[in-house]
Amino acid sequence: MTRKRRRLYLLLLCGLGLGSATALTLTAFQDNLVFFRSPSDIAREAPPPGRAFRLGGLVEAGSVTREQAPDGRPSARFRVTDGPTTLTVTYTGVLPDLFREGQGVVALGRLGPDGVFRASEVLARHDETYMPPEVADALRRSGHWNPSQGAAPPAGNWNTMAPTASRSGS
Amino acid sequence: MRAVETPSLTAAPGPSAAPRVAPARPPVLHRFANPGRFLRATGRLLPWLGGAAILVLAIGLPWALFLSPPDWQQGETVRLLYIHVPMAWLAMGGYAGLALLSVASLVWRHPLADLAARELSPVGALACFLCLVTGSLWGKPMWGTWWVWDARLTSVLVLFFLWLGHAALVRAFDAPERGARAGAILALLGALNLPVVKFSVDWWNTLHQPASVARLGAPGLHVGMLYPLLVCALGFTLAFAALVLARTRAAVMERRIRALQLAAARRLDRPEVSPGSAAA
Repeated sequence: MTRKRRRLYLLLLCGLGLGSATALTLTAFQDNLVFFRSPSDIAREAPPPGRAFRLGGLVEAGSVTREQAPDGRPSARFRVTDGPTTLTVTYTGVLPDLFREGQGVVALGRLGPDGVFRASEVLARHDETYMPPEVADALRRSGHWNPSQGAAPPAGNWNTMAPTASRSGS
Repeated sequence: MRAVETPSLTAAPGPSAAPRVAPARPPVLHRFANPGRFLRATGRLLPWLGGAAILVLAIGLPWALFLSPPDWQQGETVRLLYIHVPMAWLAMGGYAGLALLSVASLVWRHPLADLAARELSPVGALACFLCLVTGSLWGKPMWGTWWVWDARLTSVLVLFFLWLGHAALVRAFDAPERGARAGAILALLGALNLPVVKFSVDWWNTLHQPASVARLGAPGLHVGMLYPLLVCALGFTLAFAALVLARTRAAVMERRIRALQLAAARRLDRPEVSPGSAAA
């Protein structure tokens, strides 16, 4: 019994030590383990010119203009925002299906001297909300949600929202 | 060397084994260390477990894959959710089970924990592999890429290598108990990765979206998608458990046969040697 107890305590001690070591390491890496940087991060601390990095944020409503590059490939110009700061992005190539105004995107590229982010790759980032088309339509029609303005309201409120919308008549 | 602490799993059944497997105060955990009792109990349980898995999946999969609504922006691609998410939960939950088995193995030297861990890891690796593959197939049309090195995807890849590493390590030794011990230590070290997988989407910014179901507050899914997801998750979990249990039963029986063959060969070789000196 004592031997088992001793092994258990030894294991708990090892677990405690390793767990706190991992926690400390991860805390130390907190700022480096980012997949993308927001426009505010870049405004606060611009990366060195010419260095590639990932920019993440929402596609600002009404900012997307699509053109055609001289070589015939589609190209797009839009602004990525995180609320307080926005950054203009240009991209030549096919955008992912989920790309739209109000959608989260992560773009890989470089910041030009004119302050325009030239992306070589644009990925769409969707949020954790899933809903049938009818629900999305209902939320839009009732004025509770404009997809181009950002994320949908929490799913827990969907059922209780509809009556207040018809009453306010907005 | 420590065979006195727990009844040896390799002990041949029969009247000669009875006095050796009678500790003064048998702990609850060791009730199933008796291979005969384990095989009898799980032999009755297994058909029910397998039947329940088939029944639940027969309801859940058609519901999820055909009857549930499409997503407003992802369309029919969202149906990958009903495979991807249960596999991710199983890869992580199964690994938590592997860590518990490893504690039972290292602290109480439970012989069945070693066998169960050995048989669990290939199934867990399969679940993790399916999670990665479905995620990749989902990422290409939705995100625009098969793979990115963000914190969630990378930590799940590490989890997959931990599953594979455990499966390989426990089989890499000639003496099974040395492999079991090395595997248990690896499994416990790897358990540190579990909170990283779970909270990677909250601690760091990632391409992968945050949790929709396992989070504080209401799930982010419409109920028309949430219910089939939960039914599918239950069905896959039952199937996972049935698979691991069937494999563990086979391993127990295999080891018993080997012990019986060994004992028979010894009796033929040197009839004067007592069976008590047989090594595990």
